[in-house]
Amino acid sequence: MGYLSLTDADRAEMLAAIGISSIDELFEQIPPGVRFDRELDVPPGLPELELARHLTELAERNAHSGVELSFLGAGIYDHYVPAVVDVLLSRGEFLTAYTPYQPEMSQGVLQAIFEYQTVICELTGLDVSNASGYDGCTVAADACFVAKHASDRSKVVLAETLNPQVRQVVKTYARGFGLEVVEIPHRGGTIDPDEVAAAASDSAAVIFQQPNFFGCLEPAPDLAAATGEAGAHAIAHVDLMSLGVLEAPGEYGCAMAIGEGQSVGCPPLYGGPHYGFFAARQEFVRRMPGRIVGETVDLDGERAFVLTLQTREQHIRREKATSNITTNQTLLALAGLVTLTWLGPQGLREVGETCVALAEYAKERIDLPLAFERPTFDEVAFRLPRPARDVIRDARARGVHPGYALGRDYSGLDDVLLVALTEKRTPDDVDRLAAVLAEVC
Amino acid sequence: MPAAESYPDDLRYHPEHDWARVEGDEATMGITWFAQDALGELVHYEAPEAGSTVTKDSSYGEVESVKAVSDIVAPLSGEVVEVNGKVVDEPERVNDDPYGEGWLIRIRMSDPTELDALMDAGAYRAHVAEQ
Amino acid sequence: MKLIFEKSRAGRRAGRVPDYGLAKPELPHELRRAHPPRLPEVAESEIVRHVTALADRTFGIDTGFYPLGSCTMKHNPRINERLGRLAGFRDLHPHQDDDGAQGALELMWRLQGILAEVAGLPAVTLQPAAGSQGELTGLMLMRAYFADRDEERDTIITADTAHGTNPASVTMAGYKLEKVETDGRGNLDLDDLRGKVNERTAGLMLTNPSTLGLFDEGIEDVARIFHDAGALLYYDGANLNAVVGISRPGDMGFDIVHYNLHKTFSQPHGGGGPGGGPVAVRETIEPYLPAPVVARDGDVFRLDHDRPKSIGRVRGFAGPFGVFVRSYAYMRAYGPDLKEMSEVAVLNANYLLARLRDAYDLPYDRHCMHEFVLSARNLKREHGITALDVAKRLMDYGIHPPTVYFPLVVPEALMIEPTETEPKERLDDFVDAMQAIAREATESPELLKEAPHGRPVRRLDEVRAAKQPILRYHFDEHPALVG
Repeated sequence: MGYLSLTDADRAEMLAAIGISSIDELFEQIPPGVRFDRELDVPPGLPELELARHLTELAERNAHSGVELSFLGAGIYDHYVPAVVDVLLSRGEFLTAYTPYQPEMSQGVLQAIFEYQTVICELTGLDVSNASGYDGCTVAADACFVAKHASDRSKVVLAETLNPQVRQVVKTYARGFGLEVVEIPHRGGTIDPDEVAAAASDSAAVIFQQPNFFGCLEPAPDLAAATGEAGAHAIAHVDLMSLGVLEAPGEYGCAMAIGEGQSVGCPPLYGGPHYGFFAARQEFVRRMPGRIVGETVDLDGERAFVLTLQTREQHIRREKATSNITTNQTLLALAGLVTLTWLGPQGLREVGETCVALAEYAKERIDLPLAFERPTFDEVAFRLPRPARDVIRDARARGVHPGYALGRDYSGLDDVLLVALTEKRTPDDVDRLAAVLAEVC
Repeated sequence: MPAAESYPDDLRYHPEHDWARVEGDEATMGITWFAQDALGELVHYEAPEAGSTVTKDSSYGEVESVKAVSDIVAPLSGEVVEVNGKVVDEPERVNDDPYGEGWLIRIRMSDPTELDALMDAGAYRAHVAEQ
Repeated sequence: MKLIFEKSRAGRRAGRVPDYGLAKPELPHELRRAHPPRLPEVAESEIVRHVTALADRTFGIDTGFYPLGSCTMKHNPRINERLGRLAGFRDLHPHQDDDGAQGALELMWRLQGILAEVAGLPAVTLQPAAGSQGELTGLMLMRAYFADRDEERDTIITADTAHGTNPASVTMAGYKLEKVETDGRGNLDLDDLRGKVNERTAGLMLTNPSTLGLFDEGIEDVARIFHDAGALLYYDGANLNAVVGISRPGDMGFDIVHYNLHKTFSQPHGGGGPGGGPVAVRETIEPYLPAPVVARDGDVFRLDHDRPKSIGRVRGFAGPFGVFVRSYAYMRAYGPDLKEMSEVAVLNANYLLARLRDAYDLPYDRHCMHEFVLSARNLKREHGITALDVAKRLMDYGIHPPTVYFPLVVPEALMIEPTETEPKERLDDFVDAMQAIAREATESPELLKEAPHGRPVRRLDEVRAAKQPILRYHFDEHPALVG
């Protein structure tokens, strides 16, 4: 069973070369008291066909977006992933390479990461990008660490409208970092620049999300200005897919921009793996976590790419490293690069415009009050006449998953439904959603 | 061009491979030939700020090559009066001339008796030979 | 090779977005993007060629032998890729209600069960995104465990052979680091250890077998020393591929274990990621696991978010689910024969060791586990040839170099891990190449000094890359580098 290659004859020859008579002799270095002396109690091994049958059966018991017409978003968005991404994912060289420590063996993946870093800088309007982080949550913790060390302040401010999971991860990491975390509440769906200014005055950073978790557009330039004037670093948590139509955080004064890259190039996949992106102004580059690729030349003066500024990293700086990160999300970040290349500047703008238009169409067609009177991008919060959980259950019974119940994270918002509109949903789909909601509300 | 190995007699040495040159109540400090040779070509000098204080036996900055990073340990305590900005811009000056153009900081000493604990060139050469 | 940006022509495009004929909306002026991002403008045919050319300039396990020590570069079965893309997994939204995700939850629950059996520990979290995050999670679990007992412990002990992630994780978790030395046989130095473990010690982080590829023969004493002091033991699963079904970390005395699904359980490395870093723990530590965890009530599976003592969340959702699909499929292909997987990994490594011990220095003369460390110090002393020169020359033989200059306790280290999926012919090719290189070091050292000769680029100017970093394309202002 499995994927082994040795024949009995191979084994005999190899044992002879080692000078032993059985494989067991190799394990004599393990003290008898800690040898495992029975068979592993795990299900029997399966041939490929049965393996496929078993996992297919598991997959078919999930209500995916081909089964239910889904308007779920809340951090993970069902945008179209172009077929050309398959060229990347199916090339074994990308799939099966390790981190490119040996640049002569890895020019392709190194150049691709360099191109990825460039598109992230372009979209965010910032100077430098790393090669990706784990996800949109952990890059927020990374950014807090960078801000703390760049400012010598040990408090960070999180907008209440920042994705709840992002806030939870920041709080988990904060204890080890010696960071105090405070949150500022929303006022009618967005946060108030004056409250940001007050909270930021003794803080290393303020993290806000644009568009925010409620789907509303924050007054991001005002928030960044209030943060900067208070001597803290403004960090925008953004959706790459929105940056064809929404302003780049670097253009309105943010020190760093971070986010979940899933919406560009990755299917929802029950939460991962996806990629987090991290971009910053030049001054932060030596404190940035993660891999960074730079351009240089080889001995012949030919263009070449290499992992650089490695003295930041754990394998060199060890206990003084800026982060322990080793594995990142290269393959998925490159799926993002290919998707953005396929879209180009026009395509990215068109996706954004289509999302905004669908969201406006949903506001027209769905006969429910808006929870917040704010401009939106691709997600709209509706106020329901009864608990959102119940509405979701009843709508799903009619084949439509209408969205996310904000009451899962926010007390007092049990009757708010968050509906996500990507370019994969059509006006007809929105009409169907409106009809179902009219039935079940 | 990397410098040839040398440990000048007019300097005092710290076992962590740092040197000090005393002039009046001030001392100029840097890393030794041995230290720069072990690191390889330097690509970055993370310098302290003028006006900050450094403490004997504690790190006051870092030097980096491509694949290594090293704390710079202060052989003496005092207030930083000058940082060598030329080394910040061109760290390889340390490799070219570790005791001359490659100096790192100048301090006003707070406790000149600390000098007594440092090695002379002979003792330091013996220390290097053991490494 | 040109960057994709240098192939761009204004107005060219690949993808088109559906036009639903809706009114074009107006965003508030102050929030609207003023200047479009300079994304590449290329046709789809050129994207495909560009990606293909980049792939051609990349070496993966699919290309050839990749004995990168400590990274477990084993074959990645293709069925796992196909299964990871089943619509029921790929298009499943992570906010889907539990009753609409029963298949996914059952897969995770089954994966937890196999991982628990392999570790010999009862409770598992799948959430951590990678081994290094598993380490950090483990240290946070220690902190929560001691805080709950009102014990103040502030120090973590690691081996001098540890991966850099261990000390980096210690700092990130807010602990102080203490290092313990390795003795002449490659085991932890028990005398050094006894002097360092006390009532301030929270725990040990250890890789076993170590990064030298050696099983710690004193592991029972090590565990006793820590447990007698009330401290915990953390098992870094980087080298778990050596001992699956042969020796279990929980039986060795470890209280917390992380796995690298991308090493032991064949999630493809993807040029650096993604990975997966589940953590298993004893019953006493289970209450502190990150939320949510997968729970089972009768025949129904659910995500349990109600965990009052949890350290919190370390990543989004319940973990990198696509990695779980691949690793679960990999485990199910072996079944109890996972033990044979580890046996053959160890056999392959010992075969290489036996055949290479005369050409290179062997710092620890013992049978190894799944990997071993040679030293090129004999070549350096006699011919001025370094481990890096050997590594670069291997490329000319079509082989990816081993890990070099690690672990730090071995000078001119070459850390070699063949994995169990390599046939004997590939191992023999590697031996032939390594022996030829040792001869070349004597006969024509310049051949090694100038290697590689047949790659897309020669050795790089890494000093320049670090001193004048160019970290993105700068379009019209991009500097033209001249060698």
